[in-house]
Amino acid sequence: MKLSGKIEEKVFKVLMVIATYSILAILALIIYTIFAKGIKALSWEILTQVPKGGYYYGKGGGILNAILGSLSLAFGATFLAFIVGLPVALYINVFLIRWKKLIIFIRFILDLVWGIPSIVYGAFGFSMMILLGLQTSLLAGMLTVTLFILPIMIRSMDEILRTVPIGLSEAAYSLGSNKSELAFKIFTRQTVSGIITAILLSFGRAIGDAASVLFTAGYTDNLPNSLMEPVATLPLSIFFQLSSPVPAVQDRAYASALVLTLIILIVSLFSRGLGKRYHKTKINF
Amino acid sequence: MKPTHKIHIENLNVYAGKQQILKDINIEIPKNKITVILGPSGCGKTTLLKCMNRLTDLYPELKVTGKVLINDKNVLDAGEDIVKLRQYMGLLSQRPYPLPMNIYNNIAFGLKLKGVKRRRELHKQVVHYLQQANLWDEVKNRLREPASRLSIGQQQRLCLARGLAVNPEIILADEPTSALDPISSQYIEEKFVELKNDYTIVLVTHILRQARRIADYVVFMYLGEVIEQGTVEEVFGNPKMEKTKQYLGGTFN
Repeated sequence: MKLSGKIEEKVFKVLMVIATYSILAILALIIYTIFAKGIKALSWEILTQVPKGGYYYGKGGGILNAILGSLSLAFGATFLAFIVGLPVALYINVFLIRWKKLIIFIRFILDLVWGIPSIVYGAFGFSMMILLGLQTSLLAGMLTVTLFILPIMIRSMDEILRTVPIGLSEAAYSLGSNKSELAFKIFTRQTVSGIITAILLSFGRAIGDAASVLFTAGYTDNLPNSLMEPVATLPLSIFFQLSSPVPAVQDRAYASALVLTLIILIVSLFSRGLGKRYHKTKINF
Repeated sequence: MKPTHKIHIENLNVYAGKQQILKDINIEIPKNKITVILGPSGCGKTTLLKCMNRLTDLYPELKVTGKVLINDKNVLDAGEDIVKLRQYMGLLSQRPYPLPMNIYNNIAFGLKLKGVKRRRELHKQVVHYLQQANLWDEVKNRLREPASRLSIGQQQRLCLARGLAVNPEIILADEPTSALDPISSQYIEEKFVELKNDYTIVLVTHILRQARRIADYVVFMYLGEVIEQGTVEEVFGNPKMEKTKQYLGGTFN
């Protein structure tokens, strides 16, 4: 008995070690590939110029159109999703607290829409655009991506807000605060770092998704200059460059992927720092 | 309601699903006295306390019927007026829950909700209540530090200061010393005795000696029922019910 217990422990430990390190190795390999292939093609030109004629067949230019397009689209969509999502998450956790079954239902629905593939959001956005007579544009792309990341934003903030201990609500109520004061002054402060993580997660999804912007934001070689005109995005730019028969252009696709990775890295480091600043007022229970 | 009484509880019943956790509670809590609600763990004393300022709202499984009168207003059917009513009652919980902000704002939060706007007035009152809770000397140089950096004993005094700052008439305390060291506990007890001149205090505890030390009036509860209530001399000196005698004698299980 004792011996088999020890063997069992050893076997599971070995399995866990293998799983952990093989996943780390695969992730490292992906990042290495992007770096190794991308760094060759990465140049000042590619970062600061828009594609010139014949860019996809090896002529000069860069992906500034996609960098700026992706940034404006992702920041816009993340901002919109935050503005809408935070009140929803607070409403669930502060105002609906007595309606257990409704909360379970809302969470179930949100988890369901979280799982819908982004191409479906793209198709939905496209059909809405036809209905409203909108053309592919930054605005249409932004709204579609907002819809796509809303469930992610709401549910991840919701999970954080759930961790606020009931004693803190009791304390705030006893001091005469009403529900919205409890929500916006106490709940948000207690969970700042978690809320920032939720925003970050949503931003990552927003900037990395290709399918939802394919029909809605369109693509262009020009810089974004109006909400009503199409914009280029990095994922689509990567796709178009990778489908080029010219190896040099395929390398540029990796450079673009590297740029996308670096954007996400910078944004996450920045928000980590921001989260830390507010983390210290959080009460640990 | 007699003018000498502050809180009047009538036919209070609380259910959690099918289980009844408070059974037909009728008590009157005298003004400017320390009333101790005494009883073993799980007898419903914390729930009773939470009925008084309707924090039961936060627990979806609880259903409350009956009357809890404070200043002739029934807390239980006050609707949204409960927000104002709660300001009559300061709360000190089992373990301190400081607000997630700095020490100064922990006190200022309630003051601002009460409408104190001018910075000078705010500062004056924050200092005053920190002094009242005997915390000023320890925090005067670190008012902008997060409250989470204080020790548990300091946090509990901060919670007391914050509660007093909204100028309540009643203090509801739920085993406020259970997480504290002996010195902090003694301080809280002494403070309560001092505060009863101006406040009505309801203290929930399972510590017999604490009840004996500071209670004026004792309510003994067991399994959701009030077994016996009276002055501390009556309940401790000459208990009438068998259950009370057992609990006081320590032969309870």
